[in-house]
Amino acid sequence: MSGDISRRAVLQGSLLLAFALTGPRALGAAPGGGELPGSLRRNRQLDAWIRIGADGVVTLKTGKVELGQGILTALGQLCADELDIHLERLHIISGDTAVSPYEGTTAGSNSVSEGGKAVRYAAAEVRALLLRMASQQLRVPAERLRVTDGTISAPSGGASVTYWNLVGGKALNQAATGTVKPKAPGERKHAGRAVPRVDLPGKISGEPAFVQDYRPERMVHGRVVRAPSYGATLESADAATVERMPGVHTVVRDGDFLGVIAAKEWQAIKAASVLAQSARWKEQAALPADPYAWLLKQPSRDSVIEETVRVTDVAPERTLEARYHRPYQMHGAIGPSCAVAEWDGERLTLHTHSQSVFDTSAAIARMLRIPVEHVHGMHLPGSGCYGHNGADDAAADAALLARAHPRHPVRVQWSREDEHACEPYGSAMVLDVRAGVDAQGNVLDWNYELWSTPHGTRPGGHPGNLLAGRSLKAPFPMPTPGGGGPPNYSADRNAIPLYDFPGRKVTTHLVTQMPLRVSSLRGLGAYGNVFAIESFMDELAHAAKVDPVEYRLRHLQDARAKAVIQKAVERFGWSQTPRVPHRGRGIGFARYKNIASYCAVCLEVEVDATTHAIRVRRAVLVADAGEVVNPDGAANQLEGGLIQSLSWSLKEAVRHDARRITSRDWSTYPILTFSEVPSVEVELIERPGEPSLGVGEASQGPSAAALGNALFDATGVRLRDLPLTPERLAKAREAR
Amino acid sequence: MTFTLDVNGTKHAIDADDDTPLLYVLRDELGLHGARYGCGVGQCGACTVLSNGTPLRSCVVPASTLGERTVTTVEGLRGEDGSPHPLLRAFIAEQAGQCAYCIPGMVMTAAALLKHTPRPTEAQIHAALDANLCRCGSHNRIVRAIQRAAEELAP
Repeated sequence: MSGDISRRAVLQGSLLLAFALTGPRALGAAPGGGELPGSLRRNRQLDAWIRIGADGVVTLKTGKVELGQGILTALGQLCADELDIHLERLHIISGDTAVSPYEGTTAGSNSVSEGGKAVRYAAAEVRALLLRMASQQLRVPAERLRVTDGTISAPSGGASVTYWNLVGGKALNQAATGTVKPKAPGERKHAGRAVPRVDLPGKISGEPAFVQDYRPERMVHGRVVRAPSYGATLESADAATVERMPGVHTVVRDGDFLGVIAAKEWQAIKAASVLAQSARWKEQAALPADPYAWLLKQPSRDSVIEETVRVTDVAPERTLEARYHRPYQMHGAIGPSCAVAEWDGERLTLHTHSQSVFDTSAAIARMLRIPVEHVHGMHLPGSGCYGHNGADDAAADAALLARAHPRHPVRVQWSREDEHACEPYGSAMVLDVRAGVDAQGNVLDWNYELWSTPHGTRPGGHPGNLLAGRSLKAPFPMPTPGGGGPPNYSADRNAIPLYDFPGRKVTTHLVTQMPLRVSSLRGLGAYGNVFAIESFMDELAHAAKVDPVEYRLRHLQDARAKAVIQKAVERFGWSQTPRVPHRGRGIGFARYKNIASYCAVCLEVEVDATTHAIRVRRAVLVADAGEVVNPDGAANQLEGGLIQSLSWSLKEAVRHDARRITSRDWSTYPILTFSEVPSVEVELIERPGEPSLGVGEASQGPSAAALGNALFDATGVRLRDLPLTPERLAKAREAR
Repeated sequence: MTFTLDVNGTKHAIDADDDTPLLYVLRDELGLHGARYGCGVGQCGACTVLSNGTPLRSCVVPASTLGERTVTTVEGLRGEDGSPHPLLRAFIAEQAGQCAYCIPGMVMTAAALLKHTPRPTEAQIHAALDANLCRCGSHNRIVRAIQRAAEELAP
């Protein structure tokens, strides 16, 4: 059974999802122009987004990809609403460099706000265009026509015509104008409802759905032998012995890149193991024992990203300060990275779970020194994606092996150890806060400084950002990563507080040296920054002898921010929570990126008096995500983010020695398990008609802060170093 | 070597190296993709199948050693009457999963649990699933799905 999911167009749930089809080059990446909504700015042609087939199938093309966040379901809801079609009529093509509009990377909680907006406006405009055509054909004014599932009818049983009669199979040849207003919230049938995820039934019941499941004809299995430590150079490897092993086709070596191709997967695994044992490496990595002390000593790119000088000359009554630490942490997807590539002697066909199929395909083309349009990249889902993981590197590995074994799709599956040791981690950070307060303890001057390595080393078209690209005999140098900048920021994401402090200064110290490989992990710097800001707000409230909720509200003007805090507190029963020894309650709040969703988390912890074991008993999360396309999907993301953040914050830090990463499996990098997960209640504040705000990363920071604050409430001990472990708690208690 | 393997009620003649873990036989020889590779060392549970009704980490057990034992994968998981198993319907009803890569392993572990403990407490569900890892944070939905299926199976 070949399980060719590209041809089978897996029917899942109520809506047809085709992962990969061949077709014409992407249309409409017309440059510049007026301010069109969302991703329409980069893809103006309506044909780039929507195609009406002669067979009555409506195809939505999107550059955004399914990462487990349910985006394709949400985009389908938006499109079906504006076109007045049933969800079942819709067919979605996602992340195909030959067909989909270019929409950059699926990241940053932007997919609904940017990609969704484009889909909505494009679909509304296509509907208006079709209504104009129908109006001429039926000789009925467009405003009197009705549409039911793609059939346009004149009133009271008059003539009718379908979308596919009008334009079926033909191009629309129209650029979007952005002038057709999408429907008002009350007119929508799909958006705003908890439509079940279209992709979940197949994934739950074991249908081939992931790139890991893709089995094209003539496929062979590749494995790459990774260097034991960063920057190690390969001195020798016994290719001859390995090539005599059963099923082995070839050993591939190019500089420090070493891989093997075999007929069967287990043969490839065994061959890679023998090859790895034979390999002699010269290691050179020097990993800092204390990443925080190291960060503070490095030269850095410094920028003041916010400065407001207080106008009055009232001196603060007192000044408080604290330093917080956030360690290197992993994405740790349950399924390690995988890719399938085929080289035909001139062109590469690539199936990948990359978040940036276009840019990664371009980087791979440059690595292979072929024209960018000679790499056809297609997205297939992978295991949970929480940022820049090994997906792009696995794609590059597959490309190099495929080139050495033409006309056979080569599947590269990373091992657990590969993923743990080689994925780019979330950066370690040092976070300093100092506040001058008045006699009531209110903040007059707020001074925040952060030190961090970068949070963005995605391929972005550069082969030097791919592990394989850096390891070739003629290596591509890694570009020096930048720092982000407004409005999304990067290391300094959410470093600017949402609170109204009269004087404020925020300084970023970006260290571009990277002893450990780092890139974007869900929330980027926001996780550490919100932990620091919200922990310190708690410290300030405690110093002022004010309830931490009341203290926050005092410093907030933003009504929506206040509303999520108040709702969370009310739902949690903040003021009614009985005081029980060894138990504590905590709150954390942020508006993600200061422009996306508002999120407040309240939680309760219990600490064992003798073992110091920390248990989160329950959590309440309230978010305001503007108008929500799929409330159940949003709740799932927010709750998942909260639980993942608790895992990071209770347990996780990448372990290493002076040379090598030593977190190489789940026993050396433990994560939260079922018995450690609290009950979670999620509530969304509905804002129909307001712009949709991204939710995918909104709960990471507030959850970490709520945990630290609840621990303080339970024990009187303030832990400022993530993760907040029983060992650290014991040490802090002993020190008191 | 060649050996016979009983998977989802059908006996298959398998030709694979004798140390090939069951996982690769299922995925590559039989085209059954429900059992998924997660760690290769039995730590995460993504590859869980049932062997004679008991959860088995298919990534660490050579297929050739199973002999007469039956193997059930998520594709072969059926209710008493042969219809899709109530667990599958319950997971969909609860939208229990985000990336859902780990879910078939959860479903198989839960199927074994419900067989010997038809009405498990929440603590029993947690204990049964504690070695099945989920990274997306779908734990509470997974627990609710199992409770929903239990309700249906043993009302």
